[in-house]
Amino acid sequence: MTPQMAIFLVLAAVAIAGAINLILQRHPVHSALSLVVVMAALAGLYLLLDAEFVAAIQIIVYAGAIMVLFVFVIMLLNAGVEERTNVSLVARYAGIPLAVVLLLGLTYRVARASAPLVAQPTPEGATRQLSLLLFGNFAFPFELTSILILIGMVGALILAKRGE
Amino acid sequence: MTELFARYPILLVSVIKIVVLLFLLLTALAYIVWFERKVAAHIQSRLGPYRVGPHGLLQPLADGLKFLMKEDPTPAGADRFVYSLAPFLTMALALTTIAVIPFGPDTIRIFGQTTPLVIANVNVGLLIIFAITSMSVYGVVLAGWSSDNKYSLLGGLRSSAQMISYELSLTMSVVGVLLLAGTFNLSDIVRAQDGFTWHFLPRWNLLSPTLPQLLGFFCYFTAAVAETNRLPFDLAEAESELVAGYHTEYASFRFAMFFMAEYAAMITVSCLATILFFGGWLSPFPPALTWTRYLPTALFAIAGIALAIHGVRYITALGRVTLPALGLLLCALAVACARPGVIDVVQGPFWFLMKVFIVLFVYVWVRWTLPRFRYDQLMAIGWKLLLPLTIANVVLTSLAVVARK
Repeated sequence: MTPQMAIFLVLAAVAIAGAINLILQRHPVHSALSLVVVMAALAGLYLLLDAEFVAAIQIIVYAGAIMVLFVFVIMLLNAGVEERTNVSLVARYAGIPLAVVLLLGLTYRVARASAPLVAQPTPEGATRQLSLLLFGNFAFPFELTSILILIGMVGALILAKRGE
Repeated sequence: MTELFARYPILLVSVIKIVVLLFLLLTALAYIVWFERKVAAHIQSRLGPYRVGPHGLLQPLADGLKFLMKEDPTPAGADRFVYSLAPFLTMALALTTIAVIPFGPDTIRIFGQTTPLVIANVNVGLLIIFAITSMSVYGVVLAGWSSDNKYSLLGGLRSSAQMISYELSLTMSVVGVLLLAGTFNLSDIVRAQDGFTWHFLPRWNLLSPTLPQLLGFFCYFTAAVAETNRLPFDLAEAESELVAGYHTEYASFRFAMFFMAEYAAMITVSCLATILFFGGWLSPFPPALTWTRYLPTALFAIAGIALAIHGVRYITALGRVTLPALGLLLCALAVACARPGVIDVVQGPFWFLMKVFIVLFVYVWVRWTLPRFRYDQLMAIGWKLLLPLTIANVVLTSLAVVARK
């Protein structure tokens, strides 16, 4: 077993354990923390694929910004421990079989994949490649996305100010 | 284990570098606390720590021992797991950032392996630092929330809002440097600052001939002080309002971890300021002045002789022995720094650490000079002053870079 493989297995196990723990925990803060663990493990997997830039951005944006806001809101609303309810009928009879089918389908596809699953690292660094794509070929969709986010911010402000 | 190291010698070298650096960092942490107390005392016309050891030099040791011996209670209503996790998280994240800081240009040889003076020379070093800094909000927030104490919670909420706000300015303020250097790699950012304008003015980013990053540095330093929760931005623990803020309930070693993490974050931010704006390990003197290579030796020798002369007349017997001994040690260091093989390797780390030390001193100086801001002032400075300034800096620097091409 190569060291890369060992690191991959550890990170994958951590990510899956974190994801399962996210659902099993009854306190929202514990669930949010589990999600942070998943994000960090994913960032480790990106590092393993030589995608340093994506890994750093994954941590900065998801673990460092979005999840901090999640935790902030949970704390601000002072959310307590949630009650466990019985699984709804739809989830029990349709959801669980569908989840199993999805898992089997994914496993089948990955097992049959012929191309190497690991992306080839670019010699001059992924950051340059990514920025050339983002600000060259995809400049228009990129700017469009930023306007979309701006619209979201303006909308949130209008909703917040409606009462006055 | 030995087989693993034999197959991957880089592992062994990395472990050695990590151990050495961690030892140095933790010692430095203890003595920066001593340094801060001394500077604060002299700013306020006091003497500061003086009783434990000569000039209070053993005070960090006594403090550490005290932290270990104290009772370590957990509040009754606390979320036990998160309460224990928070200090570890804070400390671990604060110490991790040092891994990507380059200390010098040269390589050293350990066990036949040539290795640079940095633990991990990654291409996105700067982003890694910002990633870890952005994670460090968790330690403060979780500590505040899990303590089940209203002062802690308020401190945690304040600091998360503050750290999120200033992180934006912190990240934006270095974009100017990135535009000038064209890379995220910290070693390459330092190399891009090599050279001299008119043969005497170093081409550091602060004095860059394209566009001096004075505005960028001002924004970076202000945001960095806020990001590390230090006065005048220490609203997270404002003693006069919130007892001690997010770490009110912590005692003993868990409190010590928060305390040390604050100083570790200070060191990281100062190292980064040195790398980004003050040319990292580059000497401030042109290489034509060859005598400046003996400046480390001169400095250590003068400090050593002064310490020895002062030490023999010290009040206590312990001081009369240890202070001259320390002085002689410094003199020996001075002689070692002048040796032919050593003198070139020493230059990089010497200038780097000198610059970091000066930034740290300014940090301490600011803390004991400026009063605390009000919370609304803090938010107004972050969003209405710093952020527009950093964006203006990005636009100006971009224009200057394009104009120069």
